[in-house]
Amino acid sequence: MNSALGIDRLQFAFTITFHYIFPPLTIGLALLIVVLKTLALWKRDESYNRAARFWARIFSINFAMGVVTGIPMEFQFGTNWAAFSKTAGGVIGQTLAMEGVFTFFLESSFLGLFLYGEKRLGPILHWGSAFLLFLGSWLSGFFIIATNAWMQHPVGYVTGSNGQIALDSFTRLLLNPWLFWQYWHNMIAAVVLASFVMAGLGAFYVLAKKSAEYGAIFVRVGVIAGVASTLLMIFPTGDGQGRMVAQNQPVTLAAFEGLFETTKGAPIVFVGQPDMDQLRLDNPIEVPKVLSLLTYKRWNAEVKGLKEFPRNTWPDNIPLLYYSYHIMVGLGTIMVAIMALSAFFLWRGRLRTTPALLWILMLSIPLPYIATMAGWLTAELGRQPWLIYGIMRTMHGASPRVSAGNGVFSLLGFMGIYMLLGVLFLFVVAREIARGPEIAEGPNSSAPENYGAPARGENQ
Amino acid sequence: MATLWFCLVAIMLAGYVVLDGFDLGAGIVQFFVAETAQEKSRVLKTIKGVWDGNEVWLLAAGGTIFFAFPVLYASAFSGFYLALMIVLWLLILRGISIEFRNSSSNPLWQPLWDTGFAVASAMLAVVFGVALGNVVRGVPLDSDGYFFLPLWTNLVPGKPAGIIDWYTLLVGAASLLALAMHGSLWVVIKTEGTLQERTRSFAAKCWVGSVVFTLLTSIVSFFIQPNLIKQFQSHPWGVVFPVFALVGLMGAYMLSSRRKDVGAFLASGLYLVGMLTSAAFGVFPNTLPSNPTPDLSLTVYNSAASQYGLIIGLYWFIPGMALAMTYSFIVYRHFAGKTG
Repeated sequence: MNSALGIDRLQFAFTITFHYIFPPLTIGLALLIVVLKTLALWKRDESYNRAARFWARIFSINFAMGVVTGIPMEFQFGTNWAAFSKTAGGVIGQTLAMEGVFTFFLESSFLGLFLYGEKRLGPILHWGSAFLLFLGSWLSGFFIIATNAWMQHPVGYVTGSNGQIALDSFTRLLLNPWLFWQYWHNMIAAVVLASFVMAGLGAFYVLAKKSAEYGAIFVRVGVIAGVASTLLMIFPTGDGQGRMVAQNQPVTLAAFEGLFETTKGAPIVFVGQPDMDQLRLDNPIEVPKVLSLLTYKRWNAEVKGLKEFPRNTWPDNIPLLYYSYHIMVGLGTIMVAIMALSAFFLWRGRLRTTPALLWILMLSIPLPYIATMAGWLTAELGRQPWLIYGIMRTMHGASPRVSAGNGVFSLLGFMGIYMLLGVLFLFVVAREIARGPEIAEGPNSSAPENYGAPARGENQ
Repeated sequence: MATLWFCLVAIMLAGYVVLDGFDLGAGIVQFFVAETAQEKSRVLKTIKGVWDGNEVWLLAAGGTIFFAFPVLYASAFSGFYLALMIVLWLLILRGISIEFRNSSSNPLWQPLWDTGFAVASAMLAVVFGVALGNVVRGVPLDSDGYFFLPLWTNLVPGKPAGIIDWYTLLVGAASLLALAMHGSLWVVIKTEGTLQERTRSFAAKCWVGSVVFTLLTSIVSFFIQPNLIKQFQSHPWGVVFPVFALVGLMGAYMLSSRRKDVGAFLASGLYLVGMLTSAAFGVFPNTLPSNPTPDLSLTVYNSAASQYGLIIGLYWFIPGMALAMTYSFIVYRHFAGKTG
């Protein structure tokens, strides 16, 4: 990892991983805030509006972090991956530029109105600004996933005589079958994450007997959204995404599962350690035939193992890929169980009086963060050794003139700055949580000048 | 088609400089003019609801270059690697300083972020000017269309080139003064009382500096980049761009001294657009001139994407930007008037 290529990869991995802490909550919360605003209008209950205002504050902190860590992502395509940008910019530049034009303007405009304009907009228009914010963040996700989906499964392109890839069909780029499943799987995962955060923080308020009424609202909305989204995350979106991989990247599927030998009636492995020297899975705990069933809907279907494929097409970090995939799936399953149980107790009206379950909800907040992170790692490591699957290898994509020394300079810079950002983020969020939802003033009161995140209510 | 996209990219960049330019200027005003924490807060409030949307113009412009001129994007972004990393870090500092300034009541908290906001704004204004200077001067492109520049070498515009030399620094200083003036004129519109008066006289000082540095930079540029003279000689109509700049600069002074504040601000916007379009016109048909071997320059012809991609781009770009303008209109109307 001391070559320029290694530094470029490490820097991109580091900055995207840190960035990806924030967008899933933004995407998921945008939907849940619309839900809260809708409940407020429908039930004519001001407490839902206060709940929405509280989450808008968390949203805005998170959004700011997403913006400042997101800008480096767009820049790094050019700065660190110039050969890739030169080759593929004619295609992926389209979707990235569309994100800028269609969603960044939308989000930044209506976030300002949503945060500072409640009083002047009135309830209906304020709901509208929340809806447009939701639309913007989900569209933004669409264009980013469209970009990634093309790298995973390139469609609608032609390769020119100069080696540059040109767009050939705009509709095929946007109707990429890979994009459909990857998009919904990601968006649903974002809703799962926001549901866990909302329910978990609600559980904290209930358990701490502080703003318990709001806590109960958060738990209720979070658990209902959570049970729906965790189920949708597994089926049909996770299943659809898995079948995409099985059809188009069979070597990646084999690496996911740690399957070295081609097997009829392949087992699904819960635990086990890939041994890359012996090319086998150590200490496997497995259920026979289930992988074949899940992948091909037949108990005895043949699943190709890694040894079936040339070694130079294997993902280059199989253990990390294998663990990422298993962590994602494992945590996904645990999250379904937690939400299903909570939903059952909620339905019976016993959730508020079952502290054990509230504790579980509260302590589960990190799980969807780890799972979404592992999910991205699965997608990105699974694509290796390709930068554009089947067309361009990662090692051919880096900037030819950026040296390792200059790369280390920026990598260390990002590490230092992001560490400070992380501390700052936790401090600011912890402060909002400590202040709680109750002082989320109505639109007619004004916030004290020197206190609080973006001055709310009073706009001018 | 590629020429049309060259114009659209120039418009996007000009839009960025005019809009985010006043945010950066406000950061500079906040440091030099606002005295108390309360005044600093008033200056910050003048841009609070709009700065993020203004910054988006940079991202949208970057995205537009990416898909319309992928070769240029790859070359320029990797070649200016160090400068761009610093831009990224400054953008992070500015964004955080604005958004988190009011997140704690500790007396040390606000001064910290006020300083961060000012430092990041001023440095960004300089770095953007330096970047423009680099594009006008040209960079040592190799035969594959790549280059890499250290931050500085011997501070002389020649071999071995650096991002910072006395010429690009000169453009950086001009940019700092111009954006300080532009931002002051914005703050004048949005404030009242003694803060407004002091900002108005600060704007006048920046104006004097801008006049001096604009003239100086313009004259020197013709020596640094011979293509400028060729362009203006072969297409004399291009003289309208510098005329815009001149009219804008004069207008800013005259309108400001008559207290036509909105007019003065728009005039300074016209001045910025005039300067940028003059530079773009002077560099054309290059997108990134090569110095010292002009034959290796990236041009609109050799750095553009395919014809199909460029045409498809128009279909979404035009309605997309029309929508974006509509949002901006709504937001600016909503936040119109003096800030308390």
